[in-house]
Amino acid sequence: MQTVKMVVTGPFNAGKTEFIRSVSEIDVVSTERKISADAERVKEHTTVAMDFGRISIDENLVLYLFGTPGQRRFDFMWEILSEGMLGFVVMVDSARPETFREARNILETFRAYAPTPYVVAANKQDHEDAWEIDDMRIALRLSPSVKLLPCVAKDKETVKTVLLELLYSILEEMETSEVGPTLEDHAE
Amino acid sequence: MALKGNIRDFSITQLLNLVNVARKTGTLVVERSPEQIFVSFREGKLAYARDSEDGVGLTMVLYKARKLNAGQVRAINERAGGMSDKELGLLLINSGYLSQQEILVSLQSHYLELLNRLFTWGEGLFHFENDLLPPNDKIAVRIGLENLIIEGTRKVRERDQLQDEIPSLDMALKFNERPGVNLRNLNLSVDEWKVISFINPKNTIHQIAKATNKNDHEIRRIVYSFIQAGLVELVRPEGAALPPIPPRITPPEVNKTEQKSLIFRIISRIRSL
Repeated sequence: MQTVKMVVTGPFNAGKTEFIRSVSEIDVVSTERKISADAERVKEHTTVAMDFGRISIDENLVLYLFGTPGQRRFDFMWEILSEGMLGFVVMVDSARPETFREARNILETFRAYAPTPYVVAANKQDHEDAWEIDDMRIALRLSPSVKLLPCVAKDKETVKTVLLELLYSILEEMETSEVGPTLEDHAE
Repeated sequence: MALKGNIRDFSITQLLNLVNVARKTGTLVVERSPEQIFVSFREGKLAYARDSEDGVGLTMVLYKARKLNAGQVRAINERAGGMSDKELGLLLINSGYLSQQEILVSLQSHYLELLNRLFTWGEGLFHFENDLLPPNDKIAVRIGLENLIIEGTRKVRERDQLQDEIPSLDMALKFNERPGVNLRNLNLSVDEWKVISFINPKNTIHQIAKATNKNDHEIRRIVYSFIQAGLVELVRPEGAALPPIPPRITPPEVNKTEQKSLIFRIISRIRSL
């Protein structure tokens, strides 16, 4: 059985767990704990090690989705999770501009871990305070070549679109790169 | 959809950069109780600003700019109190009191003063109203934002924030490819020009600092203002080694067709979910 993995990362409360939950065929294996710090109590629980979802591709291939913990104090998990990934998704909460800088920093950190393709998902686009995609691109300082995709993590269709766009980016990179990493480098 | 937040989290310079790059038209409203400042833009240029519901009239702006004295203000208020700013401006020009240039310069200073006040606010709720434009009877100006952003950045920067924005001086810089921005039109200091001359993806910020005799804080300050103005972006230096990636067991070579086939299988499966 061959396995490949993708990583879903982003700031605290960006919607990573929900994103994986929308497409995983198994109940997401989650390492959520009650939040202790008052300042971060915008939700009851948060991921402290990783989330883990699974999509069976066919009899011989399985795709694993790993969600990283959003809080900085658990960032020692990031590098471990990023090893061997096919690509990654950076989730950003469109309605919380105060997290944009953190999202940008996480994006840079993951790019440094592994130069694999990535897309940015502008989550919570159904929220009344959500910023427009064009504005977010400027605020996040993303070049036009980076895919910034509208997303609602609870909506399976938008999650599928984000994953498909990441896969298309991987294909594009394979076609343009003559000596890029092979897929088997990412396979476990 | 909303463009709103708190300038504590998304600074005024970042907002101006957003307005500038996106060439936005509308009004930015910033509130810090009990104060409120309205700044209007047309196609990414500063057009008008006010700090209350009606704003200060042209007469008071010209008085503050010492273009009119108290007696003249009193006389204008008595004889032309009901006039709009545009009508009053025309009257002053036609009667030879002031030139159009003097009026525009005074208004520009007033609008910039209001905008500069925002740079001193540590926090305040903001929202951008696309449909809110300056009143027709007010005199609008047209001021490019690049220099304001650079100047504003000088005012709001703090050492910790700079450290946060540019954590590593081992990164390099490259100019953003943006049409319509001409470096010659920017008012840069001699020091900033010196730094500009060294910007190249081959030079790290550290090297530029050394070449221009700047300490870490000074170079961060200058680079940060360039980034905020959208002039440059941080890049990994050319030729720099990528961070080490843990070695993996290399499987036998697989041809590209098989690799693509694997991706197509995943795509097909996800489509069918």
